[in-house]
Amino acid sequence: MTQALIELSDLGFSWPGHPPLLDIPAFRLEPGQTLFLKGPSGSGKTTLLGLLGGVQKPNRGSIRLLGQELTELSAGARDHFRVDHTGYIFQQFNLLPFLSVRENVELPCHFSKLRAQRAIQRHGSIDRAAATLLAHLGLKDQGILRRRADSLSIGQQQRVAAARALIGQPELVIADEPTSALDYDARENFIRLLFAECREAGSSLLFVSHDQSLAALFDRHLSLADLNRAATPSEV
Amino acid sequence: MYLFRLAIASLANRRFTAILTAFAIALSVCLLLAVERVRTEAKASFASTISGTDLIVGARSGSVNLLLYSVFRIGNATNNIRWDSFEHFASDPKVKWAIPMSLGDSHRGYRVMGTTEAYFEHYQYGRQQHLELADGRAFATDPFEVVLGAEVADALHYKLGDKLVLAHGVAAISLVKHDDKPFTVVGILKRTGTPVDRTLHISLGGMEAIHIDWHNGVPARGEGRVSADQARNMDLTPQAITAFMLGLNNKISTFALQREINEFRGEPMLAILPGVALQELWSLMGTAEKALFVVSLFVVLTGLIGMLTAILTSLNERRREMAILRSVGARPWHIATLLVLEAFALALSGVVAGVALLYLCIAAAQGYVQANYGLFLPLAWPSEYEWTLLGGILLAALLMGSVPAWRAYRQSLADGLSIRL
Repeated sequence: MTQALIELSDLGFSWPGHPPLLDIPAFRLEPGQTLFLKGPSGSGKTTLLGLLGGVQKPNRGSIRLLGQELTELSAGARDHFRVDHTGYIFQQFNLLPFLSVRENVELPCHFSKLRAQRAIQRHGSIDRAAATLLAHLGLKDQGILRRRADSLSIGQQQRVAAARALIGQPELVIADEPTSALDYDARENFIRLLFAECREAGSSLLFVSHDQSLAALFDRHLSLADLNRAATPSEV
Repeated sequence: MYLFRLAIASLANRRFTAILTAFAIALSVCLLLAVERVRTEAKASFASTISGTDLIVGARSGSVNLLLYSVFRIGNATNNIRWDSFEHFASDPKVKWAIPMSLGDSHRGYRVMGTTEAYFEHYQYGRQQHLELADGRAFATDPFEVVLGAEVADALHYKLGDKLVLAHGVAAISLVKHDDKPFTVVGILKRTGTPVDRTLHISLGGMEAIHIDWHNGVPARGEGRVSADQARNMDLTPQAITAFMLGLNNKISTFALQREINEFRGEPMLAILPGVALQELWSLMGTAEKALFVVSLFVVLTGLIGMLTAILTSLNERRREMAILRSVGARPWHIATLLVLEAFALALSGVVAGVALLYLCIAAAQGYVQANYGLFLPLAWPSEYEWTLLGGILLAALLMGSVPAWRAYRQSLADGLSIRL
C-alpha cells in the first residue's frame, strides 16, 4: 500500500467550552485521488479544513500529510508545510482585489520556495506558469493577466483562484464550496477544468460541498456525517 | 521586499484615506521643520545682531528694554541722556570709540537714527563685520543727508539723490511730518540681516536741525519757523541723545567702566554688556520658542495618531485580505510585518511630502520673511538635528504601526484561513 496523502486516525477536536465537534476514527486520501466530501454548514467541515491546513491543532489523534505528522510541527513549520503542499480555493472573494490577476496567481510562489521552484522547473518561469495555468482554465486572453482581480466576473475569479491553488503543483488542493457562487452549467465546467489541471499537476483534490449533485463526478464521495462520530443525528 | 510591494498595493487600494493620512503627517512634519528652522535662524541672527561693542549706555531702565530700542529698534527709551554725559564718557581714556544714537523719528514705518560717522566706522555685527556701503557715501557735513539700510532702500525703491521726508514719532501712520526739511539719499548700506537694514541713518546735526524749531513736542508756527537753510547755519550740537555704544581699549576695563557709568552722579544711566543682555532677552523668548516647538511635536503626534486610527479602522474590513494571504502561505508574522510596513510607508511618504512642502513654503516665503522679519531662511538640506527629528518621526510611526500589527497578528491566528461574509 502506498503512502496516503492524508491520513487521519482517532482525531478528536472541540472548541474550548463546547462539546466535541469532530471525532474521526480513520480517514485516508490517496495521492492523485479526487474526493467529494459532503458536509452542510455547521458540521465541522471548516474546522476539519483548518486542522488539515495546520491552522488549528487537534485535541487528540494524528494528522499525517504526505507522511508528516502535523501535530509534531510548530505553528510556523505547519504554516510552511501548508503552503508548500496545499493549494486552497474558497467559496468566493478568493482574490486580493488590488493585485492583478497574474500577481494573484503567483502569490503562493512568494511564500513557498518549493512551489516557486516547481513552477519554474515545469514552465520555465513563474510568469509562464501563471499564464499557462490560466490558459488551461479558459482564461486565454493575455490582457486579462494585467487586469485588477476585482474587475473579473465571479466565474473568472474562481478560475483564477484555481490557478493560484495549482501553481507550483502542490500535492493537495482543498476546495471549500468553490462552486456555490456559480450557476449549474458553470459549476460542472469549472469542476472538469479543475480535475484536468489536478491530474496534470498530479494533485489530489479534496472537494467540500453540500451540493450532492456534483458528487458523481468524483473518484470517491463521502459524507462528513458518516465519518464523524461526533455528528449529531440532526445533521445526518 | 515583496511584503512592501503588497503593503503599497493594499494602500493604493485605499488611496483616498491613505493620501489624506499621509497629507496630515506631511502638514505636521512641515510645521515641525518650519518651527525648527525659524527657531534656529532666529537664534543665529539674533546672536549676530551686534558684536564688537563692549557697552551700551542709555537712560536708566531695564537692560532688555535698552537693548531692544538701541539695537533692535523696538520700543522706546524711557528718557534721554544729556550730551555732556556722552562727552564725559566718550573722552574717557579707557574708551576707544563711542557711537551716539538719537532715536524717535521714522519714515514710513522704518526708524530713523541720528548718529555720527563713528557708527559706520566702528559698529559691528555678525562675526566682527563692519557696515559697508553698497552705493554712495556716508553722510557728511550737510545735515540733510541720509544713509539708508538695505531693506529700506529695497522696499521703498529709493536710489541715490532721492529726497525723502521724515515723520515725527515712530508710529506707522505719522500725522506730523518734517516736510519743511527734506533729506537727500547719499548712501545705501549693504544688507546685513540685522535691524540696521531697516534703519535710516542721519547725522546728529540733521536730527537736531529738524527739531530745532520744535517746542514741547510740536513744531513752531509762522514767525518761529526755521527753514532748512537757516538751520544749516545754526549750531546743531544736540542737547540730548537717546543712547550710546562704547568700544574699549581693553576689555578688562569693561566692568569698571560699567560700574562707573551706573554710579554716574550727573544723571541716572544704565550700561549693559550686549552679550549678556542678548542672552537675557533670548531666555525670555526661549520659553515661547520652546512652547512652539512642543506644540509642533504634538501636532506630529496627532498626525501619527490619525494614521493609527486609519489603519486600525481598516483592519476589520481587511480580515478577508489577511485570511487570503494566510491561505497562500503568509505566516502571522508576515501579516504583522505588512501592517508595520504600511505604517512606515504612510509615515515615509508623509515625511517626504512634508519636507517637500517645507521647501516649497520656504522658496515662496523667503523674500517676504527676510523683508518683514529680517530672518533669512535657507533652502539648505536638513541639518543633522532635523534628520534626527525626521528619523524620530519614522521610528514613532513604526512603533505605532506595531499596535495594528499586533492586533492583526492575533486576528489572523484566530481567523485562520476562512472568513465568510
